[in-house]
Amino acid sequence: MGAGTAITTTPLDADALVRALDATGIGAVATFVGLVRDNNLGRKVLHLEYEAYEPLALRGLELIIAEVSEKWPAVRLAIHHRIGRMEIGEASVAIAAASPHRADAFAAARYAIERIKQIVPIWKHEYFEGGDVWIEGATADPDNVEAREKAMKAACT
Amino acid sequence: MHVTVRLFARLRDIAGAGELRREVPGGATVSTVWSSLMAEFPDMSPYEKSISCAVNADYSRFTATVADGDEVAFLPPVSGG
Repeated sequence: MGAGTAITTTPLDADALVRALDATGIGAVATFVGLVRDNNLGRKVLHLEYEAYEPLALRGLELIIAEVSEKWPAVRLAIHHRIGRMEIGEASVAIAAASPHRADAFAAARYAIERIKQIVPIWKHEYFEGGDVWIEGATADPDNVEAREKAMKAACT
Repeated sequence: MHVTVRLFARLRDIAGAGELRREVPGGATVSTVWSSLMAEFPDMSPYEKSISCAVNADYSRFTATVADGDEVAFLPPVSGG
């Protein structure tokens, strides 16, 4: 996987993202890997199934990378999101942010995961003990300035 | 004219299909397409205030007009990550 963005059914590899960034000599890389949790809202989760509107999801990831470049011009970012069925403990999303200094690497990675949850058309279908439910989070609107500011605040405080 | 309607997650479950081909009148907007969809699938009505829309895989607005052959997608609140 050499691409900066990917929506894929294959298991994620955070090291591959770091390699794709070619961060040699840069100074800092922060990675974030989101895993399938074994519980949610008091329910015992059995597994998850992720679905995406793939072309728009890829555009969403590209948009997040552009937003990060605007705020942190020296940061290089890669984001891969997995879709399909995932078991407990498997990685659903991997983010790598390379930067000359650690603060911007951490902030950019945090901003990216907040924005993924706001604007990327991906949905998780939770299968838990006793039933299943589609998880519904944010109404996706890339132009919502308030949401973007909220993500920036989470990243920078 | 015809548009392809794309549905995801719970909306796809309600319709029983992720892709529908529907005839719409000339000058129709995304809102027109959504309204006829709600008439066809009343269970979608609770999503009126929370869905987003896309035309040809780009985020759009409900006031946007649609053209023959367009792909119109309705997106329930997202939950990636």
